[in-house]
Amino acid sequence: MRRMIAVFALLFPCISFANTGELPLTPANNDLRDRASLQAGAKTFVNYCMGCHSAEYSRYQRVADDLGIPEEVLKKNLMFAGDKVGETMSIAMSKKDGQRWFGVIPPDLSVISRARGVDWLYTYLTSFYLDSSRPWGVNNLMFKDVGMPHVLWEQQGWQKPVFEKVTDAEGHSHEVLKGVALVDEKDAKKAADYRQTVRNLVNFLEYVGEPAKTVRQDLGWKVILFLAIFFVFAYALKKEYWADIPH
Amino acid sequence: MIKSLVSWIDDRFPLTKLWNEHLAEYYAPKNFNFWYYFGSLALLVLVIQILTGIFLTMNYKPDATLAFASVEYIMRDVNFGWLIRYMHSTGASFFFIVVYLHMFRGLMYGSYKKPRELVWLFGMFLYLCLMAEAFMGYLLPWGQMSFWGAQVIISLFGAIPYVGETLSLWIRGDFVVADATLNRFFSLHVIALPIVLLGLVVAHIIALHEVGSNNPDGVEIKKNKDPVTHIPVDGIPFHPYYTVKDIAGVAGFLIIFSLVLFYMPEMGGYFLEDANFVPADPLKTPVHIAPVWYFTPFYAILRAVPDKFLGVVAMGGAVAMLFLLPWLDRSEVKSIRYKGIIFKTALTLFVISFVGLGYLGMQPSTPVSTLVAQVFSAIYFGFFLLMPLYSQWDQTKPVPERVTMP
Amino acid sequence: MSTEGVNKSRRRFLTAATTVVGGVGTVFAAVPFLAYWQPSAKAQAAGAPVEVDISKLEPGQRLTVEWRGKPVWVVRRTKQNLDDLTKLSDKLRDPNAEVTTQQPEYVKGITRSLKPEYLVVVGICTHLGCSPNYVKADDAHNLGSDWKGGFFCPCHGSRFDLAGRVFQGVPAPTNLVVPPYTYLSDSRIVVGVDTKG
Repeated sequence: MRRMIAVFALLFPCISFANTGELPLTPANNDLRDRASLQAGAKTFVNYCMGCHSAEYSRYQRVADDLGIPEEVLKKNLMFAGDKVGETMSIAMSKKDGQRWFGVIPPDLSVISRARGVDWLYTYLTSFYLDSSRPWGVNNLMFKDVGMPHVLWEQQGWQKPVFEKVTDAEGHSHEVLKGVALVDEKDAKKAADYRQTVRNLVNFLEYVGEPAKTVRQDLGWKVILFLAIFFVFAYALKKEYWADIPH
Repeated sequence: MIKSLVSWIDDRFPLTKLWNEHLAEYYAPKNFNFWYYFGSLALLVLVIQILTGIFLTMNYKPDATLAFASVEYIMRDVNFGWLIRYMHSTGASFFFIVVYLHMFRGLMYGSYKKPRELVWLFGMFLYLCLMAEAFMGYLLPWGQMSFWGAQVIISLFGAIPYVGETLSLWIRGDFVVADATLNRFFSLHVIALPIVLLGLVVAHIIALHEVGSNNPDGVEIKKNKDPVTHIPVDGIPFHPYYTVKDIAGVAGFLIIFSLVLFYMPEMGGYFLEDANFVPADPLKTPVHIAPVWYFTPFYAILRAVPDKFLGVVAMGGAVAMLFLLPWLDRSEVKSIRYKGIIFKTALTLFVISFVGLGYLGMQPSTPVSTLVAQVFSAIYFGFFLLMPLYSQWDQTKPVPERVTMP
Repeated sequence: MSTEGVNKSRRRFLTAATTVVGGVGTVFAAVPFLAYWQPSAKAQAAGAPVEVDISKLEPGQRLTVEWRGKPVWVVRRTKQNLDDLTKLSDKLRDPNAEVTTQQPEYVKGITRSLKPEYLVVVGICTHLGCSPNYVKADDAHNLGSDWKGGFFCPCHGSRFDLAGRVFQGVPAPTNLVVPPYTYLSDSRIVVGVDTKG
């Protein structure tokens, strides 16, 4: 019996999570409890992303309540004229137009953070590089031949691809895409600010992916604490009754 | 007051009789150990699933254009919808964890052996029914994994000669998994299969209480009764002794359940898969599709066989083997405690293969992993098919007259 | 099994304690399930206050808007209508609107409105929930020659006057409900928001 548990224990470490992407992800290091960051992210999302992407399962009112945004600010800075606070964050652009302009329908971003993960999103948004062969002049390390233009390029500055020569087993050498670097070194400060902007944006996307996440975490330990108290009584009761049973 | 009410009822309905037969005067062996929690825990999870399922049904829309959005509606707009949905999704995985441990207990202590063959068979039908229930339930969120998982599994029926294609078309009700499929799976998931499950649970428990529970020593406690009271000497009334024990077990289980529910409901993509947060798209298959973890051992067996039809046969056979267990084991003794080194080795290898296949079934297949899966599959089938032989050769130890307390 | 030496009071205490803690847990566990039936964020958004433009409403006309899925009527009463209201008292069940549940406290008196000219009521009969018809005095009707205009419920024949007050001898027990509302300006009303102060 003991041996069998040991066998289980030995097997589990082998179950590791392989990252199928070829390039490593940069951790987003975002903080769901940082309201200022979430508010900044919400603003970026509404002003830049919502031109083409919706978050159609999310309601303005809920976002404002959860992020501590007053209603006047919400109406002035985050909402399109004529939208009501209770409405969902949908967009005017039709799917047909999206298909025509970008070759794909820009996906709804309500749960994108749950499908892709925040680190992927962070790396993706910081990995656009110049590629003249693409319709929008950019490509992406994380998403080859992506249909999306680099909307925030003015905030980051352009990046160029970095190649590395690799020699394979048969002695042929070829260039392999290794990463990206700024075209103009003077953009370094700007690019650092941009990383913070993206961190905030990704933070907001994680929030929007599961608005109840912090509520869930805050409730969880209380439930577990209660169950622990219940367990103490239940266990004492069991002990008390089982004192009857001779060994 | 209460006494007279009970006697009024007893004249019309066997309330006290049922209570005594199944709880107060049902004598269970006194030496149950840790492994004996999982039966009552399975019942608890079934109750959780039914209760949360009823509530989810109140807001879920079984319609291909609305299903995905209705799940997000539950997660966001409905009060505590996220909690009830996570209870249901976490409960699904915990159901299998608990049931697998419960079945493993049966394997270790020979609970399938005479006279408990029917207890085991009802249990196996429960397991089969649970797999169908989980499979159909997984289609309902209508994400990419729901869609493509169902597409692949239903296509398996297409491997059956002559009738296969007609059969899978009939199951789907369309040329691909579509609205019709979603609708019928919803109906089966919320009505048909739960009714069958509940019926089988009743049958499983009635059969168990007819023959009496097995125990870690595999000793029949009914063989040693008190000459005056006719109560098994090693038996104790289920109530209160095992009810209080199971309550403590429930509390412990709920703590673990809550840890997952509140702090890792996706379980790193094993309980809720990442790709299922993308709405179903019949034109685009996700890069890597794998079934939910509880199906992966059988999925790995399917992939290990290079022929489509034979793969399906092997997968079905892997489940069928478990049904045959009571007649494959020719050992003199029930419990692993008194079995010899051959059985212990065989069971260890079986567990390694089963867990290994489960792991391989989640990974993309490579030539190496296919080979390993083939070896594991061979061990899996070997464990069952060679059992009539090695269970007879095995050097068993003498079984004591009375149960031993831990 | 031996029951000698059992500490009965300890056993009783632990049984009671476990039952109580378990019972409290069950009550807590019931909360999410009960709250689940409350109106969702979507329903609440649909039930948000509604703005009504009354600038184009002619005397005698009625305007219907939807608030929380229910019809809310705005009727612009004529001078004649307002005069008639004072003469109906003896035919009505609650002429002075004393049943406080049927209107907010800032809506007082026989006109049952903030401004006498405009009546705002929920168009749902207080009997069994049908929506009554608006029948003017000069419309074709068989409500008697002394009908001064008002609302007639086709389901069970309840009648209300132009202040939504219920007549005697009809099944409806109380006056029509006046919803919370307030004036944003002379020509704009918002239904669903209380008048403050």
